Amino acid sequence: MSVWLRLAPVVLLGLVIAALVWRLANPEDPTIRSRLAGKPVPEFVLPAAVPNKPALASTDLAKGEPRLLNVFASWCVPCIAEARVLDELKRRGAAIDAIAIRDRPEDVAHFLATYGDPFERIGADDNSRVQLALGSSGVPESFVVDGRGVISYQHVGPIEPGDVPAILAELEKAK
Amino acid sequence: MIAETGLAALWLAAALSLLQLLLSVGELRGAIDAGRPIRSIAIIQGALTLIAMAMLLLLFVRTDLSVALVAANSHSAKPFIYKLAGAWGNHEGSMLLWVTVLALAGAVLALATRRLSHRTLVVALGAQAALALGFYAFLLLASNPFARLDPAPLEGRGLNPLLQDPGLAFHPPTLYLGYVGLSVAFSLAVGALLTGDVDRALGRAMRPWVLGAWVLLTLGITAGSYWAYYELGWGGWWFWDPVENASLMPWLAATALLHSVNVLAARGALRAWTMMLAMIAFSMSMVGTFLVRSGILTSVHSFAVDPQRGTFILALLGLYVGAAFVLFALRTRKLKEGPPFELVSRESALVVNNLLLTVILGIVFFGTLYPLFVEALSGDKLSVGPPYFNTVAGPLALLLAALVAVGPLLAWRKERRQVFKPLAVPALIAASALVISLVAAPQIGWLPRLGLVVAAWLAPASLLPLVVRNPWRTPLATWGMAVAHLGVAVAIAGMASDAAFTKEKLAAVRPGETLSVGPWLVRFHSLAPAVGPNWTAIEAELRASRGAGVRVLKPQTRYFTDPVTETNEAAIATMPGGQLYTVIGQPDGEGRWQLRLWWKPFVALIWLGGVLIAVGGLLALIGRAVRARARARPSRGTNSWRRERYG
Repeated sequence: MSVWLRLAPVVLLGLVIAALVWRLANPEDPTIRSRLAGKPVPEFVLPAAVPNKPALASTDLAKGEPRLLNVFASWCVPCIAEARVLDELKRRGAAIDAIAIRDRPEDVAHFLATYGDPFERIGADDNSRVQLALGSSGVPESFVVDGRGVISYQHVGPIEPGDVPAILAELEKAK
Repeated sequence: MIAETGLAALWLAAALSLLQLLLSVGELRGAIDAGRPIRSIAIIQGALTLIAMAMLLLLFVRTDLSVALVAANSHSAKPFIYKLAGAWGNHEGSMLLWVTVLALAGAVLALATRRLSHRTLVVALGAQAALALGFYAFLLLASNPFARLDPAPLEGRGLNPLLQDPGLAFHPPTLYLGYVGLSVAFSLAVGALLTGDVDRALGRAMRPWVLGAWVLLTLGITAGSYWAYYELGWGGWWFWDPVENASLMPWLAATALLHSVNVLAARGALRAWTMMLAMIAFSMSMVGTFLVRSGILTSVHSFAVDPQRGTFILALLGLYVGAAFVLFALRTRKLKEGPPFELVSRESALVVNNLLLTVILGIVFFGTLYPLFVEALSGDKLSVGPPYFNTVAGPLALLLAALVAVGPLLAWRKERRQVFKPLAVPALIAASALVISLVAAPQIGWLPRLGLVVAAWLAPASLLPLVVRNPWRTPLATWGMAVAHLGVAVAIAGMASDAAFTKEKLAAVRPGETLSVGPWLVRFHSLAPAVGPNWTAIEAELRASRGAGVRVLKPQTRYFTDPVTETNEAAIATMPGGQLYTVIGQPDGEGRWQLRLWWKPFVALIWLGGVLIAVGGLLALIGRAVRARARARPSRGTNSWRRERYG
């Protein structure tokens, strides 16, 4: 066996390790590029989820100013953690509407009273029709909608404190 | 106190492994005779890690939430068995299990090895200590399983519900035992290369470890495949997922090593190659652990991604494997050539076996890492899926399986007899299978058809080594080989049948409606809620019939609360002719539910084959151990009383 053949495993190992080090240094980008980004919000008219708050229709999302649309549910545990962050977003100027999925008015009211209520309008989507039309597979999920009713950004999963600057930037961009 | 005891045991074990390494270096340099102390140290080190592992298990059983690991992975309401499984169903615990098995393997190596050159054993124990030392450092410095939480939380976070399954509770430990069993082969190879004693005695010392590790890997992969089949609810049994590949690669290397180490033990040939394979087999185990633990490749196995931990394991991997490969490059020139053999001989057949297995290993390895290379060099994202693996590795695997029929019939060194005559019967059976499949099922693909033919050829041929002599006087190891090779045929038959004959139906139906799949009529009878210890579920009742009799199946969608997750529990009816596999999916909001039905003829043969392969390996292991004992007995002078008793 020649020296080169005997050293081949070492060389191969070096290549593999280089590739793995590269991956560790450049983790995969987990953001999902929504297929709905750039598309108008599907048309819908939803009844109010709680008696003391206005209902939500797709036309409410096309009134000139960008808005954040949050898909949530009172039975969803990550939504509880997210509520705090949504309050923070509202304090920093974001206009937020919501769709409550498969929920009951009293549960939603309890959720808002306990964890905070940053929402201007909340629609009740009792059979997930609008959720499916939005291409949302779970709760919570959020969409940035520009003033013309076009979705510009989709965030899957709870918005975490670290995501606040990115969401505000997306809202700014959608103006 | 329990956690502190465990941590102290772990520190002591780490210190002993350092001492073990130093002693072995001293022995290698000829400065000291470390034979006796190093054996004792290896045994005590193994015992200490066992104490640490026992402490961790105890903490999980008692749900001591002041320990961070318990709080993050357990829950007081969890069933007992999953509390135990929770101890290794997480990063820190699984690394502790890994190092425990590594140290115990070292202890058994020190206790049970006879008839190996004294120096090689001492140096191999040093290599084993060096391996363990790196993982102790990893545990103690970067992932302490005994870290406390202050204040302690009121309730733990639970275990991923997908993992709450009896099969899966024991899947990781089985694979780990297999992975780490290969570490001994690695250490023995390193020891033998350093001392230069690559000989038949080394082959015989290495063989039981390779066999044992290989049996466990086979069982682990078979169990993992069945788990994925019934728990994920996708109806498939192998997805070429990176983490699945991570367990397949060590198995392929161990299968090749298992065969080449036989050549080394029996004939003293294939020396350099067997050493290389021993190193590759454990390297693949480390690569597997790295891929799983770092979460580096996207996979259904959604473990936590932690680049820091990944870096640590990668550094260990580079250090150990790199050092071993360099050692190989420097030392192999000095190895003597083994005895020669002719073109038609058992040795040649095993060389072909090794070549094919190595090429398949290369294909899987390349396919698993290819997306990474492409993205690193060009930035393009792509994934390598089943079509690549099936079409590239499939035919080679079938070629290998076809040759398995021939190899065991050949004699060592040279074959002059007419050994191919008995193969006429299997050839006839295979030809009939081909004709029948062409007539009865002309529409199936060429790969499944080839699979059916190869299975029909190999199944009878695998038994020939028993038939050509008196089967009752055949050594147990030969029985083991025949059973394992039969298992290969059985598994291939299952895979081919599943690929060729599966019928699938997906539809949204209301209770009361009926679907047909294959020969079955399945009525969606009713829907009801169900409750378990820590989940609630929607359960469908399906009534399936084909002609006479009704079978009731109850697939579920389970909702877990801690953490919030939804899983599909498939309901599977197993019959001699196949499996009816049913999954209930989402409702559409108008009273209809998604039902997914499969009729899979003979699919269970896949796992039956896997179990047969493992049983074959076990028989061979027992057979070899009994023989080694029988051979060792007369040489010992002390047991003369026994000779008197037996006359």
